[in-house]
Amino acid sequence: MIIKLSQRLLGPVTLVSLALTLWLGLWVTPPDKVQGNLVRLLYVHPGIAWVALYVSFGTSVIASCLYLWKRTRSVVMDRVAHCAMEVSAIFLALTLVTGSIWGRPTWGVWWAWDARLTSTAILLVFALGYLALRRANDDPELCARRSAVFAIIAAINVPIDHFSVDWWHTLHQGATVFNEDGNFLVHGSMLWTLFLSLFAFTMLFFWLLRERYRLEVRRDAAYAATLDEALDQRRREGVH
Amino acid sequence: MSSPTPVVALRDAVVLEDGYPLLSGVTLDLDAGTLSVVTGANGAGKTSLLRLLGGLTTLSSGSGVVSGVDLRTGDLRQLRRRVGWLGHEGSFYDDLTVRENLTFAAKALGRPVEEIARVLDRVGLANRVNIQAKRLSAGQRRRLGLAWLLLRRPEVWLLDEPYASLDDEGRTFFDGLIGDVVASGASVVVSAHDPLRSRALSPRTIIMAGGRIAGDLS
Amino acid sequence: MIRIALLVAGKDLRIERRSRVLLWQVLPFAVMALVLCGLALGPNHAGRSSAGPGLFYLVMLLVTLLMINRSQVIEGARGTRTSVATLGLDPAGVFLGKALALAVELWLTGVVVLAGAVLLLHTALVGSAEALPSVLVILAALAAAGTLYGALSGGGQGPATLLPVLSFPAFAPLLIAGERSYSDALHGGALWQWWVISLVALVAYVAIGILLYGVLEES
Repeated sequence: MIIKLSQRLLGPVTLVSLALTLWLGLWVTPPDKVQGNLVRLLYVHPGIAWVALYVSFGTSVIASCLYLWKRTRSVVMDRVAHCAMEVSAIFLALTLVTGSIWGRPTWGVWWAWDARLTSTAILLVFALGYLALRRANDDPELCARRSAVFAIIAAINVPIDHFSVDWWHTLHQGATVFNEDGNFLVHGSMLWTLFLSLFAFTMLFFWLLRERYRLEVRRDAAYAATLDEALDQRRREGVH
Repeated sequence: MSSPTPVVALRDAVVLEDGYPLLSGVTLDLDAGTLSVVTGANGAGKTSLLRLLGGLTTLSSGSGVVSGVDLRTGDLRQLRRRVGWLGHEGSFYDDLTVRENLTFAAKALGRPVEEIARVLDRVGLANRVNIQAKRLSAGQRRRLGLAWLLLRRPEVWLLDEPYASLDDEGRTFFDGLIGDVVASGASVVVSAHDPLRSRALSPRTIIMAGGRIAGDLS
Repeated sequence: MIRIALLVAGKDLRIERRSRVLLWQVLPFAVMALVLCGLALGPNHAGRSSAGPGLFYLVMLLVTLLMINRSQVIEGARGTRTSVATLGLDPAGVFLGKALALAVELWLTGVVVLAGAVLLLHTALVGSAEALPSVLVILAALAAAGTLYGALSGGGQGPATLLPVLSFPAFAPLLIAGERSYSDALHGGALWQWWVISLVALVAYVAIGILLYGVLEES
């Protein structure tokens, strides 16, 4: 019952939290004393990046591991891995776009060969590679296995991306919310609007994942129907 | 007295490839130590059936047990070790010689390398040991494939159209070898186009059409 | 596992020695690719040693793709695949063997391309010699990753365009580490951090290959 209730509430909660983030981010929170109104991207870019790198990519990798483990192998895990990686690809692209929008006035360029940007771009190519791999195989089980292995290999790059700003001192800023002593670097309404944006984009991910999953279920059902027809036709070949 | 456990037991086996049913529901039992011939027109599903029995394709629906390995849940790698396959395509490394190919197989299987000479004698390739596989004739390549199988000594032999491109001498040789293999206790499944050849070979002929078994002449 | 690895590596290297594809096709391709890089840069820039390290690794990436494809085609012939599958070889051993054979082939090619970079792109001989150990490690990591991606892309039976799409994002960090370590060797910088990254990448790909190659082979 709890699951049904949460499924029913997912859409409205996502909508409300996004709307609230938009309102707070654009109108209520003050401009930054250094960045001015450019700081309002703080309520978009980190949330999108959080979903792209950790939530959706992480979901895909975990589902892939569960698919490869015989005890938990199921078509559900494969579908979740696939759908989550699709969402991750979109969010990774949006991360780079919103980052570029912030970077142009700040750094003077749309793109820099910075460690964080480069490693994020590599992750995006990984996600696109995963989707290409899925389309290269019609056999569902073959497809699922290979994609699962690929997702696990790609996961190596997530910690590289995360620690890139510490390992290589380049353009992209380091920790945004906390410093090394655990003190907040963002204050007041900006801080809880930032947290709200993280929540809102996370809800958006789950909503997109759910909708994409439903589409996948319908697609599989349509495929199964064509298989029944193909079987009937094949059997008729043997009747003289 | 209970009947022996069949070495092959398939129930409504369906195999799909890119959405196309190669096998559309095969139900089949084969006893151990027997010779069976699978015949039928091109595209009937003969090769697909043999590949399923060899653990080389996966079951899409239905059930099956081959040589004690469940085709749905079992370890197909284990099945492949118990089964021998001879296809009509090239079966080895073209750039390696006959001896090098068999040495690779012998070392992989942990067999003594000295067995290679015995096996080559048996298949009539003793005078071709240093010839690269790609330079062998079709019949010689088939014999090399048999040599590979003789090294492996599998429980089940799957021979996919072994008579294709063979002259009468080659066919007679194959018949003799298959007879020896069955006599040694292994199970042999042969796919063949030629119904005359199949009736001459075996008391059991399985006729396939449309990815299913259309007839069974035991 | 080690016994099978040495058996498979020996088989692959024997095939290579017999067919001489490396000698007559891959090496000429590599040298030609280096020449094309020089032509693309133009005479004013081609001779600057700052371009040398990056171009060296770019050429080696392309060579790696060629070699992976070649390795997969050898194994991918349907009858061969089937017959070898029935041997029941330990997949971890197969992975290690194929990666080792590929690494040896890349090392041989790498030495030639390194000499080409010194000659054609005017990278310093002493610096290039100092970069050699890091080159060998990076090429070994490329071999391990490439063997894995070769199997992922269908093992010779999948579309040829899939291999670059899958492998390039994995090769990119190796290219970066390789270029940085080679450049540091040329200009007297600190190599150790790039060494660490290269070794970690090599160990990671070898570990993943040992663990997961069997899953791909089942495919």
